[in-house]
Amino acid sequence: MLSRTAADLYWLSRYFERAENTARMLDVAWNLSLIPFAVDAREEITAPLVITGSLASYQASHDDIRVDEVMHFFTLDDGNPGSIFHCLRAARESAHAVRGKITAEMWESVNSTWLELREIRELGLEGYGASEFFDWVKNRSHLFRGATYGTSMRNDAFRFLRLGTFIERADNTARILDVKHQIGRAAGDGAVDFYRWHALLRSVGAYEAYREIYSEPINAERVSELLILRPEVPRSLRSCMQMLCELLPAIEGHAGQQSKRLAAVQFARLQYGDLDHIVDTGLHEYLTDFLRRVNELADTIREEYLEVV
Amino acid sequence: MGPLSLPDVSGYDEMILPGGKVRDAYKGYHRWLLGQAHDGLLRKRKEAELQFHRVGITFNVYGEESGTERLIPFDALPRVIPAADWRRLEQGAIQRVRALNLFLHDIYHDQTIVRAGLVPAEQIFGNAQYQPCMQDLDLPNRVYSHISGVDVIRDGAGTWYVLEDNLRTPSGVSYMIENRRMMMRLFPELFAHQSVAPVEHYPSLLLETLQESGAVPNPTVVLLTPGRFNSAYFEHAFLAQQMGIELVEGADLFVKDGFVFMRTTAGPQRVDVIYRRIDDDYLDPLAFRPDSMLGVPGLLSVYREGNVILANAVGTGVGDDKSIYPYVPDMIRFYLDEEPILANVPTWQCRDPKALDHVLAHLPELVVKEVHGAGGYGMLVGPAASHAEIEAFRERLRARPANYIAQPTLSLSTCPIFVDEGIAPRHIDLRPFVLSGKDTRLVPGGLTRVAMSAGSLVVNSSQGGGTKDTWVLEDGSC
Repeated sequence: MLSRTAADLYWLSRYFERAENTARMLDVAWNLSLIPFAVDAREEITAPLVITGSLASYQASHDDIRVDEVMHFFTLDDGNPGSIFHCLRAARESAHAVRGKITAEMWESVNSTWLELREIRELGLEGYGASEFFDWVKNRSHLFRGATYGTSMRNDAFRFLRLGTFIERADNTARILDVKHQIGRAAGDGAVDFYRWHALLRSVGAYEAYREIYSEPINAERVSELLILRPEVPRSLRSCMQMLCELLPAIEGHAGQQSKRLAAVQFARLQYGDLDHIVDTGLHEYLTDFLRRVNELADTIREEYLEVV
Repeated sequence: MGPLSLPDVSGYDEMILPGGKVRDAYKGYHRWLLGQAHDGLLRKRKEAELQFHRVGITFNVYGEESGTERLIPFDALPRVIPAADWRRLEQGAIQRVRALNLFLHDIYHDQTIVRAGLVPAEQIFGNAQYQPCMQDLDLPNRVYSHISGVDVIRDGAGTWYVLEDNLRTPSGVSYMIENRRMMMRLFPELFAHQSVAPVEHYPSLLLETLQESGAVPNPTVVLLTPGRFNSAYFEHAFLAQQMGIELVEGADLFVKDGFVFMRTTAGPQRVDVIYRRIDDDYLDPLAFRPDSMLGVPGLLSVYREGNVILANAVGTGVGDDKSIYPYVPDMIRFYLDEEPILANVPTWQCRDPKALDHVLAHLPELVVKEVHGAGGYGMLVGPAASHAEIEAFRERLRARPANYIAQPTLSLSTCPIFVDEGIAPRHIDLRPFVLSGKDTRLVPGGLTRVAMSAGSLVVNSSQGGGTKDTWVLEDGSC
């Protein structure tokens, strides 16, 4: 496959996944900021800025951290390269560039998402409804994933799409967990803590998984274990790395030795990891190290497959 | 709602005879049409628009806000060509393209046609489209224009004329295929009752043509596009996908050790045939425009070594230039020793002072075109122009007469289209696509372009023209 095509497929699904993750993250922040007691709305609404590393760029264009402004910044703001608007436009542009490599149904799901988003933008977030918007983004992402899963040939195009999804998802799950952990550590109030972890599980769609796997009340350690080590949870770091480990060797040709090695090493660390080790290391330190490794893997994939000189 | 009213037309109408009777080829369709309700057709039109948007069959318009995508208006009434008419058109188009390929081979080799005194030397060597780098280069099958679009029209008497030849990167064939798919989706019953010749196999014929143009067995074929901001990008992507070949941009290719390679996830892969949809000037920054970001540095040197095939060849523009057009009937006689099957439109070359005088005296009646222009830009349609426009054009014509040709305003034939009020006649043309590999051939059909506003003669999509499906009826189905 052409390297440029692979890059467009990879970024198409990365951007779509990023839009979905951003919607999930905002949904939590939005809901928590609406809880009138105990929660510091300002802190909740700052979290997405911290998670995505965009606090500085937000502050450069805004005087104050206000719920409506942060929401706009992340959803429909054309000027923020991390906004859902921007992600879905980039996804659509990538899809346009590989129009001939994806199925008609995949293209239609991306293209109609973009057309609808433009209409939503006319209404504005308040006009459309914030919760409705986040649900819409999640549904569009489900639709695209379903169209991909249901119609794409199992070839390198499919593999590069999936690579993008899991690199982005691993990165995002680690960030979301890290930030929630840090806010939670600072607050310490039992009820608020419960709301936070509960919201986090909901945001990654893992609330039911927690209930099914653990019989104990929701707490930080179990949530961490669930989202880092459990193989059954599709957004856990382990699941993401397992997928990357399966995808990379399946790509045709002999390129990508370094990428395959990095993915395999990281997967082994998760597969044979345990919670005690993570607690001893410190969750924040553990996740920081993980993020560094995922980004190294992403860079290597780029060098070995996507931008071959 | 009662039966649809049919257009009252003067001039040659494809469907209706003078006096109101329906032509034979349209009888089947006409019977069906009379049974349709107006709002039913309106719904179908909406459905078609929605579907085209969803599938992304759009084109970018130069000069409009970047990223602007428009639909080319699609008309749901087919244009029907009876089998006998088609056979003549087909033979005429093949004859013409064969002669043009022989002409291109000749002018890049021995120039016998110049020495025979049929075409003035300065018309060729002074032509900006003439590429000296092609001199004495031998091409497989001696084919220069692998893909040719021959634009034909019918005048008021119903006679076919060739309006122009397109030998560079003719576009529009994707609409021919998509229009047919749309018609079959909207009105499947129509295809059950009449045998409309299929056009869907065009991409496989095109691939075959490209493969047999290669110098090696089982060549790797790619389609080179300027990229997604090009007006015809949809078509590039569509054709690459239909042929199952890679759609590449200049940056995906590189030249090494005398060959062209593409960058793939599994390492460099050799490329043998490039179906390029980029103009000559942008192909290779080392040989042509140094500022081109679209091309491949060193491509021309590989081409000259015969290690890669370009389709169409470099320098075909000299064959479809409007200043060369008047000589095509003579070329057919000269190279093939045959009489032209399809006529040329009478043409005044303004470079000739006598012709210029005539043109200047008759501007309100004539169509004046730039010799190197395309896409309906920079032309004057005398009968439709205001006095001021004509006078402004007169100045341009006087300043650079050699830059223009003029033709009588032909009353292009009309064909009914569906409009808000019902059915109305609009002017149309036809572009069949001729493929030249080991043989010269075409699929039965082409792109029918429609001037969407009443009375207009401009069918170019860049000027608001639309398209409709083109049916070549097989024998015995009328």
